[in-house]
Amino acid sequence: MLDPATTTLLNVENVTQVFATGSGESRKPVLENVSMSLKTGEFVALLGRSGSGKSTLLRIIAGLARPTEGKVTISGQPVTGPAEDVAMVFQSFALFPWLDVLDNVEIGPRANGVPLEETRQRALKAIDTIGLDGFESAYPKELSGGMRQRVGFARALVMQPKILLMDEPFSALDVLTAETLRTDLLDLWQEGRIPIKSILMVTHNIEEAVLMSDRILVLSSNPGRIASEIQNTIPHPRDRLDPPFRALVDQIYALMTQRPAKPAAREAAAAGLALSLPDVSTNSLAGMLEEIAAPPYDGKADLPHLADSLGFEIDDLFPLGETLQLLKLADFEEADIKLTPLGKRFVDMDVDQRKKVIGEQALANIPLASHIKRVLDERPSHRAPASRFREELEDYMSEDYADRTLRTVIGLGRYGELFAYDEDAQTFSYENPE
Amino acid sequence: MLNTIASAGRRVLPNQWDLIAFAAIMAVLTAIAQSYHGISAPLPAPNVPVISLHYSNLPYYALRTALRMFAALFFSLVFTFTYATLAAKSRRWEMVLIPVLDILQSVPILGFLSFTVTFFLGLFPGNTLGAELAAIFAIFTSQAWNMAFTLYQSLRTVPRDLDEVARGFRLTGWQKFWQLEAPFAMPGLIWNTMMSMSGGWFFVVASEAITVGDTTITLPGIGSYIAKANDEGNWSAIGAAILTMAIVILLYDQLLFRPIVAWADKFKVELSVGQEVSTSWVLNLLQRTYWVRLASQPVFAILRSISLLPIRFPRIVPTLAKSSSEGQPSRILDAIWILAVLAVAVWAGWRTIQYIGTEVSWDEVAHVFVLTCYTLIRVFLLIVLASLVWVPISVWIGLRPRWAEAVQPIAQFLAAFPVNLLFGATVSLILAYNLNTNIWLSFLIIFGTQWYIVFNTIGGAAAFPNDLTEAAKNFHIKGWRWWVQVMLPGIAPYYLTGAITASGGSWNASIVAEYVKWKDHTVEAQGVGSYIAEATNKGDFPKIVLGVAMMSLFVTFFNRLFWRQLYAYAERRLSL
Repeated sequence: MLDPATTTLLNVENVTQVFATGSGESRKPVLENVSMSLKTGEFVALLGRSGSGKSTLLRIIAGLARPTEGKVTISGQPVTGPAEDVAMVFQSFALFPWLDVLDNVEIGPRANGVPLEETRQRALKAIDTIGLDGFESAYPKELSGGMRQRVGFARALVMQPKILLMDEPFSALDVLTAETLRTDLLDLWQEGRIPIKSILMVTHNIEEAVLMSDRILVLSSNPGRIASEIQNTIPHPRDRLDPPFRALVDQIYALMTQRPAKPAAREAAAAGLALSLPDVSTNSLAGMLEEIAAPPYDGKADLPHLADSLGFEIDDLFPLGETLQLLKLADFEEADIKLTPLGKRFVDMDVDQRKKVIGEQALANIPLASHIKRVLDERPSHRAPASRFREELEDYMSEDYADRTLRTVIGLGRYGELFAYDEDAQTFSYENPE
Repeated sequence: MLNTIASAGRRVLPNQWDLIAFAAIMAVLTAIAQSYHGISAPLPAPNVPVISLHYSNLPYYALRTALRMFAALFFSLVFTFTYATLAAKSRRWEMVLIPVLDILQSVPILGFLSFTVTFFLGLFPGNTLGAELAAIFAIFTSQAWNMAFTLYQSLRTVPRDLDEVARGFRLTGWQKFWQLEAPFAMPGLIWNTMMSMSGGWFFVVASEAITVGDTTITLPGIGSYIAKANDEGNWSAIGAAILTMAIVILLYDQLLFRPIVAWADKFKVELSVGQEVSTSWVLNLLQRTYWVRLASQPVFAILRSISLLPIRFPRIVPTLAKSSSEGQPSRILDAIWILAVLAVAVWAGWRTIQYIGTEVSWDEVAHVFVLTCYTLIRVFLLIVLASLVWVPISVWIGLRPRWAEAVQPIAQFLAAFPVNLLFGATVSLILAYNLNTNIWLSFLIIFGTQWYIVFNTIGGAAAFPNDLTEAAKNFHIKGWRWWVQVMLPGIAPYYLTGAITASGGSWNASIVAEYVKWKDHTVEAQGVGSYIAEATNKGDFPKIVLGVAMMSLFVTFFNRLFWRQLYAYAERRLSL
C-alpha cells in the first residue's frame, strides 16, 4: 500500500482441480476455472465454506499440489514445485513435536543451506518479533494453542517469504486467543514490521475476513468458483461494532446464503439425485427452529447475530439453515433467516407430530428420500441395499459427499419413520424391532 | 500402548501377490537346501568350547547371549530402515515387498533353523562365526518382519500437514526422512521392537544349541546351558538358568528399553500432554546429570547437522504423483514389472515342487496335511483354553489400576521365558503318570504365548471407560449379561491383538514343544511341529521344506480367514 507502483505478485489463471472418484471414470472438479491475483502490499481473504476448495487453492499456490488445468505464477515465475517465495501457516499449527521452539523455527533455513549463525540470528529475530521470547527451549506439547500458532508464524517469517499464506490460522484457537493473535498480526503487518509483501488468508469466518483483509474473494462450493469479489476499504483500526463493518458483514452473509438459493439452480438440482446434503441432525434442526421462534428473534433472525449468540461458524450455521430451507421450514432473506408458517407451527408440536412433519417434508422435498421409499415399495421383499443408492449418488457427486448425503437421509428417514436402516447389513427396509 | 497388529489392516483373502511371495520365499529356502546337498561331506563342525554347567560360567554365557540379542537388534534395524523405506517409497517395490513380508511373518522360522545354520556354516567353514551368524539370524527373524511392518505403516501415515511443511520448506529426501518420517515412526517402532524382544529370547535359546543330522553345534550362551542341563537332567542347573534369564531380561528391560521408550515419548504426535507418560529412572538419571548433558550436547548437534545435509535420494517416485494427472504411472512399465515378478515366482515355485518331489510322495504330503491339522486343532484349542482361564483373571486385574500396573510388566516378562526350561518338569510328569503326550505336551505350546493374551486383555480392561462400568453397575447389569454385553465387547480389539500374537507364537513354539528331550527320553506329540523337529534332527531337507511350507500355508489361511476377520469386525463395530 505504501508502494505507489503496486505490482502483481501472484497470478492464478483458470485453475481447475479434479480429483478422481473411486470408480476413476466420473470426475468431479473441486475447483473450476479460478482466476485471481495478489498485488504487493495487499491482504486478501479467500472466504468459503467447507468443500469450496479454498484450502486446495492455497496448496496449489504454495506448489504443494499441481492443478489439473491452469497456471500459477509468482513474480512472473511459473510455480512447478514447492515455491520459494511463499511460506504457509497451518490451521493445525503443524509443528514438529520432537523439536523445541527454536529448532522448529530454524528447520526451514537450515534445510535450505543458510549458514548456522545467520539462521540463529534470523530465528531469534523472528521469535522476538512474534512475541515468543523465553520459549525458545520449550517443546510444542508444553505450549498453549496460541503460543503454538505463534511458533507457526515465526517459522514462516524466518523464511523471509514474499507471500505469507495462511490456512484458517485462527480457527483452531479459542475466541479470546484468536482475537489477540489477529490484532498482533494485524499490528505487525500494518506497521511494516514483518518483511512480507502480501498475505493471502483462507478463512470461513466472515467477520475475520472483514476485520483483517483489504479484499475478500468469496468462493462458492461444489465446485469451487470465485463467486464474488469485495473491496474492503474500512480504515484500520477496524471496530466490529462500527456500522460500516456490520453492513459489510451483512452484505457478505446475504451473498453467501442467496447463491445456493438461486431458484433455477436449486430446482434443477432438486429434480434429481444431484442434491447433496450436509451433515445435520434432526435435533439441531429442531433446536434451530426453536431458537429462531423464541425472543428476541420471534421468527426472524439476523444471521450474524444468530451465529454470534450460538457461537456458530458459517459451517455450522449454513448447513442447518439450508436444510431447513429445503424442508420448507425456514427461508433466507438477505442476511436474515425467517420461519415459514409450517416452521412456526412445528415449534409448538409434540414429538409424534414433529416426526410426521419431518417425514412428510423429506419425502416431498428430498428426491433421494422419495426414491428410497419408492424402491422399497416396488420390491416384493421391501429391502434394498445401501450400496445401490450410494452408487447412484456417486454419478453426481464425490464419494464423501455421497456418503454424507446418504447418512443425512438415513437420519431424517429414521426420525420421520419413513424406513429403517440396518448398519451391519447395510440395507434399507421397513422392519423395525417389534 | 498396545502393540497393534501391524498387518491387520491389509485385505483379508490371499491374492496373487501372496502366492507369488509364498513361492519366492519357499524357493529361496529350497535353493539353500539344495546347495547343501551339493556338498556331500558332513557339515564342518566348528571347534566350539564345551559347555560347562558350572554356575560360575553363567555370567559369561549370559553376556554372550545378550550380545547376540544386541547384534540381532542392530541387523533388524538396518533391515527395517532399508526394506520398509523402499516399500513405502516405491509403488512397484511395494507390490512385491509387502506380501513377502506378510508371508514371512507366517513362516515358522524355527523350522528353518537347520537351513540357516547350514547356510552360514557353509559361508565360514570350520569357524564359529557361521554358527554365531545363524543364531543371530534366528533372533533377527523373530523381530525384523514386525518392525519393518511397523515402520512401513508409519511412513504411510505421516500426518498430512507435517508432510506439507516438509515439502513447503523443500526438504530433500534425506532431510525429510530424518526430520519427519523417522521421528514420527519412532514410538511405534520402539514399542514393537521391545515386544518382539520377548520372542527373541525364545529364539536365542532355541538356536544356540542345534543338531542338524550328525552335526551338533553349541555356542557359549544360556541356550546351550539349558540344552545341556536338559540332556543331563540337571535340575539345579535349570534353576540357575531360570534365575540368570530373569536377571538378564530385567537388565535389558531396565537399562535399554525403558529409557528408550520413555525418551521416545517426545516423538508422539498428539500434542496434548500424554495420558500415559512412560518413565525410566535410568533416563532421568542421564538427563539430570550435568556432565552427561554437557557431553551429549555436541554429539546431538553433530547428528542434527548430518540429518540436515542436503542429500537427495534418487527419485523413485514423482513427488506430486497423487494429485496430478501427469504423475500417472506408466501402465506399460507396470505390466512389464508384474510379468517379470510373475516369471520369477513361477520358476521359483516349480523349483520348490521339483525339489520336494525328489524324495517325497503324495502320500507324504497328505500325511503332513493331517499332521498340520492336528497342530491346528492343538493351537486353536489351547488359545480357547488359555482365553477361558486368563480373560476373567485379566479383566479382574485390569479393572484395578494398582494391580494392573504391577502385573503387566510381569506378563511381558513371562512372555520372554523360553519354554525349554520346562522340559524337565514336563517329561518327568508325563513319564511318572504315563500321560497321553498328544494332550499333555500341548500345554508347552501355549506356555510362552499365553502371556500376550494376559498382557493385552489387562490393557483393554484398564482402558475400559469408567463411566461404562459405572453405568453397568447403576443399571444392575451383572453376571453373564455383564460379560457378554459390557466387558467382552469392550476389550475385544485388545484381546484379539493378544490372541493373534499368541496364535502366531504358538505355531512357532510347536516345533520346540511337540518334540521334547530330557536326559535320554524323547517325548513327542503327533503334529507338524514334531515332524519338522524330527526331520531337522535327521537332516532330511525335503521333508523340512514340506513341513514348513505346509505350516506356512495353514498359518496364512488361519490368520486371513479367522483372525483378521474377527479383528476387522472388532475394529469396525466394537472399538470405543
